[in-house]
Amino acid sequence: MATLDSKIPAGPIAEKWSNYKAHQKLVNPKNKRKLDVIVVGTGLAGASAAASLGEMGFKVKNFCIQDSPRRAHSIAAQGGINAAKNYQNDGDSVYRLFYDTVKGGDYRAREANVYRLAEVSANIIDQCVAQGVPFAREYGGMLANRSFGGAQVSRTFYAKGQTGQQLLLGAYSSLMCQVNAGTVQLYTRYEMLDLVIIDGRARGIIARNLVTGKIERFSAHAVVIGTGGYGNTYFLSTNAMGCNCSAAMACYRKGAMFANPSYVQIHPTCIPVHGDKQSKLTLMSESLRNDGRIWVPKKLEDAKRLQKGEIQGKDIPEEDRDYYLERRYPAFGNLVPRDVASRAAKERCDKGFGVNNTGLAVFLDFSQAIKDFGRDEIAARYGNLFDMYEEITDESPYETPMMIYPAVHYTMGGIWVDYELQTTIKGLFAIGECNFSDHGANRLGASALMQGLADGYFVLPYTIQNYLSDQITIPRFSTDLAEFVDAEKAVKDRIAKLFAIGGKRSVDSIHKELGHIMWEHVGMGRTGKGLQEGLEKLKALRQTFYKDLFIPGTAEGVNVELEKAIRLEDFILMGELIANDALHREESCGGHFREEHQTEEGEAKRDDENFFYVGCWEYQGSDDKAPVLHKEKLEYEAIKVQTRNYKN
Amino acid sequence: MAKNISFTIKYWKQNGPKDAGHFEQREMHNIPDDTSFLEMLDILNEELINEGKEPFTFDHDCREGICGMCSLYINGTPHGKTATGATTCQLYMRRFNDGDVITVEPWRSAAFPVIKDCMVDRSAFDKIQAAGGYTTIRTGQAQDANAILIPKADADEAMDCATCIGCGACVAACKNGSAMLFVSSKVSQFALLPQGRVEAAKRAKAMVAKMDELGFGNCTNTRACEAVCPKNETIANIARLNREFLKAKLAD
Repeated sequence: MATLDSKIPAGPIAEKWSNYKAHQKLVNPKNKRKLDVIVVGTGLAGASAAASLGEMGFKVKNFCIQDSPRRAHSIAAQGGINAAKNYQNDGDSVYRLFYDTVKGGDYRAREANVYRLAEVSANIIDQCVAQGVPFAREYGGMLANRSFGGAQVSRTFYAKGQTGQQLLLGAYSSLMCQVNAGTVQLYTRYEMLDLVIIDGRARGIIARNLVTGKIERFSAHAVVIGTGGYGNTYFLSTNAMGCNCSAAMACYRKGAMFANPSYVQIHPTCIPVHGDKQSKLTLMSESLRNDGRIWVPKKLEDAKRLQKGEIQGKDIPEEDRDYYLERRYPAFGNLVPRDVASRAAKERCDKGFGVNNTGLAVFLDFSQAIKDFGRDEIAARYGNLFDMYEEITDESPYETPMMIYPAVHYTMGGIWVDYELQTTIKGLFAIGECNFSDHGANRLGASALMQGLADGYFVLPYTIQNYLSDQITIPRFSTDLAEFVDAEKAVKDRIAKLFAIGGKRSVDSIHKELGHIMWEHVGMGRTGKGLQEGLEKLKALRQTFYKDLFIPGTAEGVNVELEKAIRLEDFILMGELIANDALHREESCGGHFREEHQTEEGEAKRDDENFFYVGCWEYQGSDDKAPVLHKEKLEYEAIKVQTRNYKN
Repeated sequence: MAKNISFTIKYWKQNGPKDAGHFEQREMHNIPDDTSFLEMLDILNEELINEGKEPFTFDHDCREGICGMCSLYINGTPHGKTATGATTCQLYMRRFNDGDVITVEPWRSAAFPVIKDCMVDRSAFDKIQAAGGYTTIRTGQAQDANAILIPKADADEAMDCATCIGCGACVAACKNGSAMLFVSSKVSQFALLPQGRVEAAKRAKAMVAKMDELGFGNCTNTRACEAVCPKNETIANIARLNREFLKAKLAD
């Protein structure tokens, strides 16, 4: 069995990373050329890692499922990226960003990793500016900042409402520079379906060419996965349609432990669900909470009339509005962290105060901000988001308050990694949203971009050398080895088995059912009883999948239904992982809320005595078998663990 | 409040680049008009699969108008006609009427061969980017971000150019199949910023040369590209590219 050694370097927290870098092993330039690295994924983490490793001299093979690396879902991040620059002179520092992130994560992140993240955050901004990322600027020519949830300083850098796009295009441009230089070989429209292990080390992958349908083998000295999160387990989420957890599940099935799967972030500001044909949910950036005020009516009868469409939000006078976040959390107000804001919205809607026809929406109102700053200024800040909202809902946020509701957005859990970002499988690394380490039980806004780029530009390029330094005498692997042949056969058998089901139901119809089970039983408010019921339903759903699934066409050539079927099989396994972890974690923390464990005011109640650890799950050889739990005990040296307080 | 509409959809089927391809047709009934265009195609595909048929293949991903993956030519316009200019995924059925015939085709351009149905190969754009669409800097060696002051107006203009999502609508709309709007947007973003000035001449030449090599046509100023650009890139970028290109040639 694999062991959980976090490999946190010795020394005071502020010196750990410097010490590590000073003493780690390196690979000399001549040897770098002899070493191959596979990077799966081309989002912020994958593209920045592939570009950096290529530039250092390693031979990189970089894979993505999209038609171009530039389309990875990091591109959809809107609001911004945090960095401890203190350009605003408002008291920010590396320590404060570190502290806010640990606190925002409800004291469930690994302290040393978070400190390193805060430490390198400033380098990311320098790097991106040098790449030509057009961040927003002030009239004096300096970089502009805005504030985000869970912080009392303005440390978020942004490029309109398209920060993720601009950062990804920056990483993509560096990647393409390396492609041109011949250090990175790009494989677009390829999907990783299995991990190849030789003598206990990750040595390659099996991938399906999504254009020809051919199953192909690729070898390397190390494998890095940066394949994002598992939010689409819930069917409806803010993730792109193609986002999936199949690469992560392939690693999990081969022995990589999966950490904290129950930590799923439900984002408070999304456009509400409108019908049963909906394919995905659209996020409205958290940055809107800088100027928008969230409210529902004070009077239940007003809410009833809103739900029937008899009145509109603007008809309700100021004194009858309940700005519930400002009421409950005076110190942070509308800028409380996401998990707190989402639960507060659910609480109001559950009590009947929802404002749309389904009763599952609250207002996000800009009338005050438009009065204070003028329509032009608000348009400059949020124009593209307002346009997008209007295109979707046919209502203008300039005239009438937006309606929003929480939706699945980001997953803090992921493949377990140590301080070096190495998984429990030697030679397999996980970066970005795909790993678990930095956000604890809840991620703060504008920190996903920071983590993806920190891992790819500034952490992995160092730590992977420590691993590769003793691999320099190992020659390149032939893909004719038995391990590759066997892995390829397993993938082909799996595909044949899916085709052979020959049922009548489409992938989507079963995926929607999975989504309903997950949202109902493993969503924002979880109970022991509900989770047990959910697990029963998931078991039944797996049987439905193996009995009723229908995939048209063949395994040759483009077959989108086959791609989706493989992913769905993995989402069902993932769903069970989330539910099992949620069931075992008898406390509430961050994105994981157990209704049995709350204070009288309805706040999350942690249990540090019994649950101050990372919950790591080990696969038991078959999807049907329950996974086994291992614990990595958390050890805090720098921060005193206490109850989160955003009230004063 | 949403109302339901019924219409005929004609969609392009083509089994690979060598197949001649043909239209198939289907009546769609009672589609709520707050459904997005791609969700309507999901409904179409669900119907086809339930009848045991192969679904209609098309590219799509984020469905938020930012990834640039979706690429349908709807009723003769790339991405279809929206109010403010948007991608296919941001088109909603309220833009259509009861009884309409809606025709869906792929991007048609020599440089974008069809992979299947309306899914096309746009890897040519990656190749153009690889030819010079970057600043050549090393990871981890950058100076402090505020050491380079950039006037807000320049930063904002560079941002407008950088907004291009690389969807290829400009190529699909152009009678010459030119990629000038795409290339000029990238060249402009860097040309407007001090970080990008260093390699500006080399970049313009390399990207234009690669574009020509890959079979994209010439620009004859018909402005069809900017009319369909979902991100409102303008042909002012093309003028800037021409200036950069000329400067580079004169320096040779």
